[in-house]
Amino acid sequence: MNDIHVLIVDDEEELAAVIADRLEFRGIKAQTASDGETALKMIESDPPDIVLLDLMLPGMSGLDILKKINALDLNIPVILLTGYGSKEMTLEGMNLGAFDYIMKPCDFDGLISKIQEALESE
Amino acid sequence: MKTKKIREFVTKYILRIPEEGTSPERYKALRRNIIILMILVTVIPLSLMATINYYQYQKNLRDEIITPLNVLTNKTKRSFELFLEERLSTVRFITSAYSFAELSDEKVMNRILGVLKKEFEGFVDIALLDSDGNLVNYAGPYSFPGKNYSQQTWFQEVLIKGAHISDVFLGYRKFPHIAIAAYHLSGDGQSWILRSTIDTKKFDALLAMMELEPECDAFLINSQGILQTNSRFYGKILESCSLPVPLGGHGTYVSETEDREGREIFVAYSYFFEPDFTLVVAKPSSLILKTWFTFRTEIFFIYTASVLLIILLVYKLTDVQVSHIKEADEKRELAFRELEHSQKLSSIGRLAAGVAHEINNPLAIISQKAGFMMDLIKSGSEFKEKPKFIELTDSILKSTDRCSTITHRLLGFARRMEIEYEDLDLNDVLQEVISFLEKEALHRNIKIELKLHENLARISSDRGQLQQVFLNILSNAFAAVEDNGNILIQTKDENDEKVGVYIKDDGCGMSEKDLENIFEPFFTTKKGYGTGLGLPITYGIIKKMGGSIKVESQLGKGSTFIIFLLKHPKKILEV
Repeated sequence: MNDIHVLIVDDEEELAAVIADRLEFRGIKAQTASDGETALKMIESDPPDIVLLDLMLPGMSGLDILKKINALDLNIPVILLTGYGSKEMTLEGMNLGAFDYIMKPCDFDGLISKIQEALESE
Repeated sequence: MKTKKIREFVTKYILRIPEEGTSPERYKALRRNIIILMILVTVIPLSLMATINYYQYQKNLRDEIITPLNVLTNKTKRSFELFLEERLSTVRFITSAYSFAELSDEKVMNRILGVLKKEFEGFVDIALLDSDGNLVNYAGPYSFPGKNYSQQTWFQEVLIKGAHISDVFLGYRKFPHIAIAAYHLSGDGQSWILRSTIDTKKFDALLAMMELEPECDAFLINSQGILQTNSRFYGKILESCSLPVPLGGHGTYVSETEDREGREIFVAYSYFFEPDFTLVVAKPSSLILKTWFTFRTEIFFIYTASVLLIILLVYKLTDVQVSHIKEADEKRELAFRELEHSQKLSSIGRLAAGVAHEINNPLAIISQKAGFMMDLIKSGSEFKEKPKFIELTDSILKSTDRCSTITHRLLGFARRMEIEYEDLDLNDVLQEVISFLEKEALHRNIKIELKLHENLARISSDRGQLQQVFLNILSNAFAAVEDNGNILIQTKDENDEKVGVYIKDDGCGMSEKDLENIFEPFFTTKKGYGTGLGLPITYGIIKKMGGSIKVESQLGKGSTFIIFLLKHPKKILEV
């Protein structure tokens, strides 16, 4: 788990930051991006092992970002961060090839285990 | 001015209908007004008709009675007059046809009396008087030689009027008689008077010809009110008549009066021109009006029966009408309330979704930060307040968990519910739900009794949604009952269309006010830990499935939730 690199894409910067801090505390390298453009740039320049992607983003939506990531063909597993009410969107994300989803406000241990699952599946 | 006041009074106190809602007073007033109006519009014309009929008939009947009585009386009077006139003419004729000398002859006189007796009924004797009132000749059963009549009133009257008919008097044989006298002045200046006595048997015969009923009476009186014939009820001959009759008049009259014995009678009286007699006919009203009383009784019964029937019908009809109105009002009220409720639900849903979304992120931040804090404290070095910090942080985490449950529920409430229909056994669904609650039931020793209909029809419904529905209701039941309480779950095949689920508890029950609100979002009686969303969600789900839910509850005795589900709901209920 030590050399893992996670990118958290969420417009709620403070939330992204605290998740990153907690991951770092567990020895996982984490970066944050608050919008789609920044995230894609970061992925292109330094592809992470896993992307945690919020679906509700201003500007480019989570699903659009997911499509772009898929288009890069880097084979990066994406875990969707979803709200309770966005079942359809989550379903669409899963159909677009997202690895899994986790409901906000997330259970951190659950998140860790999903990350592990994603890595193992790779 | 007065009509205005009456109208004000009527509108204010009688026709006033409370405007508000479906209160019992409103229907009472409505019922009262309809009854009053209907009775008025039916009974008034009926009463008018009955009254008009009553008087019309009375008038007709009276005419029918009075006219014949009048005619009969008049006719009989004419017979009397004719009788007397005939006798008078005869006497007059004899007076003028014979000379004084002839009449003075006893033989001639006897022969004349003989002829009179033979040809005319009633002649008793005949006497010749000279102008000084001295009896000259007499034929008849008595003899009055040398009698002088000049001092008697009738003699004076004959001299003046030329003729006289006396009142009835009792003759020597104590039979009633009248005397007829005629005066004659011959060409040679000699004058004489012929006087004849006639018995009045013929009077009784004339009265008998009227063929009156035994209750009736007919008699003659003279101008002093002295009876000239016997009366059945009002005295003997030559007594004063006990029935008051207006004396002196012309023509024939009928009047209604009451005699001394208190009998209601019709009295017809007809005045004679000469002599001064009055024929009186009395008929008791009761006899005449027998038909009238029959009619009056009939009309009274018909009227009373009609009014009673009308009142009965009006009451029944009004009851039916008012209950129709009430039903319609209630339906409208219910529809309105349901509409209001669903509108409220949907607007609250949107609001809730917005709030939940906005709160979700800060909540996530709090939760993550607290989690991070916990990580840090647990892995950091020991310090004095470490356990306290762990406890506090844990409390924060638990609170955020609770908050997140609420936001999830809110979102769940607001979320469009897509119902996924499948063929299922309602009993199975119930048993699944009960299995979730078994632990708590065991722990609190709550007895769950199942009365599941064995051959309950399978229905088309959404398993997940149904589970949520039953879980919500059963959770409420668990919250309502004390430890060792009872919950009864029953399923029934209601009819071809629906099945029913009855969930009954013997818990605390609800007040009427609470009952009104239990399906309102955010209404809760569980102080502190209820979200107030369980039953509104339940309600929403059942409504979407085309079913219905109702609650019966009594404070302190328990509640029963009754759910009806369509066996084959139309799958277009999605909003």
